[in-house]
Amino acid sequence: MNWADASAGWSWNPLTDLQQIWAFPFMVNAFRAGTVVAVLAAVMGWFMVLRRQSFAGHTLAVVSFPGAACATLLGIGAGFGYFAFCIGGALVIAAIPRAGQGGSGQESALTSTIQTFLLACGFLFVALYKGFLGGVNSLLFGSFLGITTDQVVMLTIVAALALGVLAVIGRPLLFASVDEAVAAARQVPVRVLGFVFLILVGACAAEASQAVGSLLLLGLLAAPAGAASRLTDRPYHSLALSAGLAVAEMWAGLALSYYVPQLPPSFAIMAVATTIYAVALIAVRRPHAHGALAEA
Amino acid sequence: MSTVNPATRPGDTARHRVPAQPTGPQPPRSSAVSLRGAGVRVGGRTLWSGVDLEVGAGEFVAVLGPNGVGKSTLVKMLLGIPPAAAGEVRVLGEAPCRTGHRVGYLPQRRSFDASLRIRGTDIVRLGLDGDRWGVPLPVPARFSARRRAARDPIAEVVELVGASAYAHRPIGECSGGEQQRLLIAQALVRNPELLLLDEPLDSLDLSHQGAVAALIGWICREAGVSVVMVAHDVNPILPWLDRVVYIAEGGAVAGHPQEVITTETLSRLYSVPVEVLRTSDGRLVVVGQPEAPALHTGRHAEGGRS
Repeated sequence: MNWADASAGWSWNPLTDLQQIWAFPFMVNAFRAGTVVAVLAAVMGWFMVLRRQSFAGHTLAVVSFPGAACATLLGIGAGFGYFAFCIGGALVIAAIPRAGQGGSGQESALTSTIQTFLLACGFLFVALYKGFLGGVNSLLFGSFLGITTDQVVMLTIVAALALGVLAVIGRPLLFASVDEAVAAARQVPVRVLGFVFLILVGACAAEASQAVGSLLLLGLLAAPAGAASRLTDRPYHSLALSAGLAVAEMWAGLALSYYVPQLPPSFAIMAVATTIYAVALIAVRRPHAHGALAEA
Repeated sequence: MSTVNPATRPGDTARHRVPAQPTGPQPPRSSAVSLRGAGVRVGGRTLWSGVDLEVGAGEFVAVLGPNGVGKSTLVKMLLGIPPAAAGEVRVLGEAPCRTGHRVGYLPQRRSFDASLRIRGTDIVRLGLDGDRWGVPLPVPARFSARRRAARDPIAEVVELVGASAYAHRPIGECSGGEQQRLLIAQALVRNPELLLLDEPLDSLDLSHQGAVAALIGWICREAGVSVVMVAHDVNPILPWLDRVVYIAEGGAVAGHPQEVITTETLSRLYSVPVEVLRTSDGRLVVVGQPEAPALHTGRHAEGGRS
């Protein structure tokens, strides 16, 4: 499919523009899948940034690539490969003891070893399965325009399950993330929560990277959450803002790449997300100090 | 401090030692903490054993001793992690891990990362409901009587510790003393009967040490909350102390500060000559106190980061 065929000029009226974009079924699916992925990744990413597990999230997003390559080589559905590698990776990373909040040197060394080894495995699988090479790009950067309605349904189910679990464990997870010692003393199962969270990130990575690719998913995990936590210091507002920003960035990026056919969707989305994060970082230096008598 | 049988139910002993508790929903209390021949093992090593300790309701008790001797472990044992390896431990008349919200805990100095964008009030609120499952529905306060009522304990406890001026700021941007006050508020927010504080004055400058110590002493006196506080230096809290527990490698002595922090008692406890000096302003200086062997490395690694 070619973006250039679809592009027919910008009207400056968002409603007309969206109507025009949505005249194409593949664009409708791209927007649907993009929205689901944006909400899911932003919420997961918010906790990931809070827990300083961006590196673990990175690894889980990246290992979906060797997972898919392995499944293709074995001749089974790529979905199995995605889930097996991402959830397996989550279990391994969760089993590495975290020393303090910053994580020990061991943790990041082990995680990066796992990540690099699995990436290398991915290229081995690609080399062994000779006809596969054209798929590498879409594994890493997604194939937004080829998303089917079945994929959107599956994505929505996985996202709903993951967000449902997160809604149940959210508050104790927040407690365990910012204040582990007190949470443990309050009988919050800190370690189990860490496991469950990483498995959720793994499942989210497995499902979402099928639609948007490993690398874009990683950006969607980190950028909106980072920007949101910069813009507000209330945890639930920040969580909602993160999801809102991610959806806005996704839509803006898709529309941008529709009207500027030279821009691939993943670039356009990440360009918007990075710009918003940069603006949040620069514009909001020290947002506190509204006066000592402000609401406590 | 009286010899209450630790196996007795809390209600039964009320007439012996607690004067005229109001007959409300709260049962009359006896001893807050009771250790009988307690010992603890961490990583296969016995830190101390044979420790007897009674902390009465509303008492302020300091746990003292050299680095790495297991002071923090004593407090953690009162929370049930790790369980006592020997002897009997009762906290508020219950087994240590069953006290729930009746115990407030402030772990050893946590410094929040300066980039952590969570307000002080949110940290305090986590102390109130952070262990509940599910996410609170974002119902605006004006539509929900429960939400309106739930605001009160946070604001109340923040005001109690004198943190109202900065509680709305991100906790990472608060100073060490401000963070410590907010954490004390977090430990207090569920109206505990016992506060376990692990070196709350550590890494505060002298004027903040005095102010936070006075706050804790005041909470103990005015609110009748029992306090067990691990301390490196006894002097800032000396005016409020009812008892001290001095832990040495292996064992411990408990008693009034004047009886325990003496040249004779500490020399006997450590089996080496230790000298206790008293300065003209009443401060105590312990000279020649041996440091425990540095096997307890976790603490040092943690201390090095802050």
